[in-house]
Amino acid sequence: MTDEAHYQALGIPTDASADDIKRAYRQMARKYHPDVNTSAEADAKFKAAGAAYDVLSNPEKRAAYDRFGRDWDQPRPDPVQDAQWQGGFAFDERDVNPDMFREFFGQRFGTGGRGQDQHARIEVALEEAITGGRRTLQLQVPEIDGSGRITLKTKVIELAIPKGILPGQQLRLQGQGGEGGDLFVEIAFKPHPIYRVDGRDLHVTLPITPWEAALGGTVRMPTPTGPVDLKVPADARQGQKLRLRGKGMPAAQKGDLFAELHIVNPPKMSPKARALYKQLAKAQPFNPRANLGV
Amino acid sequence: MKKAKHRTNRIDVIETLSLSELTVFCGTNADWVFTLVEHGVVAPIARSAPEWEFTPSHIARARKAARLMRDLGLNVAGVALVLDLIDERDALTRKLALLEASDM
Repeated sequence: MTDEAHYQALGIPTDASADDIKRAYRQMARKYHPDVNTSAEADAKFKAAGAAYDVLSNPEKRAAYDRFGRDWDQPRPDPVQDAQWQGGFAFDERDVNPDMFREFFGQRFGTGGRGQDQHARIEVALEEAITGGRRTLQLQVPEIDGSGRITLKTKVIELAIPKGILPGQQLRLQGQGGEGGDLFVEIAFKPHPIYRVDGRDLHVTLPITPWEAALGGTVRMPTPTGPVDLKVPADARQGQKLRLRGKGMPAAQKGDLFAELHIVNPPKMSPKARALYKQLAKAQPFNPRANLGV
Repeated sequence: MKKAKHRTNRIDVIETLSLSELTVFCGTNADWVFTLVEHGVVAPIARSAPEWEFTPSHIARARKAARLMRDLGLNVAGVALVLDLIDERDALTRKLALLEASDM
């Protein structure tokens, strides 16, 4: 045994049975699928497990791997390797079927028959999507050189992120794919510490004090374009949603910003506040547990 | 003004996709999309299938469903459950982060 990386990727011993390999792969795929697990290492682990399963699930490849280690397929032409090249790109391996993009966009935009469309996905910050931004993409493109060999070439593409772009939207860069095909970039948003994006709307959880909730009034709240004053109604409820029209994403049709009120007590009450609370307890009869039957 | 280089990138934003465009985009067929809609995984704008349009978040959700079904061998009911649970988990994670922040 010269190399055990594939076994380690699946967390199995080198004498694992075919059933063990299948079971381990399925477990890893469920756990680390990039659509399920957003942690930083998930993508790499998912790909490593897939590469390992590709080799270990095939008895011939597994035997070669056990014998020659990581270079098991070097001297022999391998149909699987060839198949991967037909994809024509190596940017986002999650999309293993680039042909469908060519077919699709050929149909939609009438570019069928020329070049190879490519597909990529980038993560942008919310602020970048609101104001627009620039991004430099490095794309690995297979090219056929003068002697007919395929080489990987790094292509650098300047991408302007349009203002008001929404998660899931696709950008089309004409002629930037392989051999004059188009490049399609799917926009994903990085998770934001303050805002949650839902379509063109933004949601923010806004903490307020019990007295702000009771009395109502004006509180400062953040928006992506700077803080604003929000009018809280008197007798505001925990979880109540207030809408700021047009303060969401600056798309063609502007989104709204929703503030969900979250009542927070001060960590420690002053003696004076405590005394006032005692007065309040007498002045305001209220049993929030009435529907619990107590 | 004439542009010096033809390399200047033209960028189009794809706003919505029709039913047939979505099927090719996800590498599937109309029946698959119908089943997704029946299970509430994605929801089109417009009432009848010929006029259906899918917005970016639904396009992304359909693609995610296609990837999960392909990679994990799920059926539509399974992927519907997975996507709902992921949304729920994300909401809970956010809530938890918020509570932990306000505890400090």
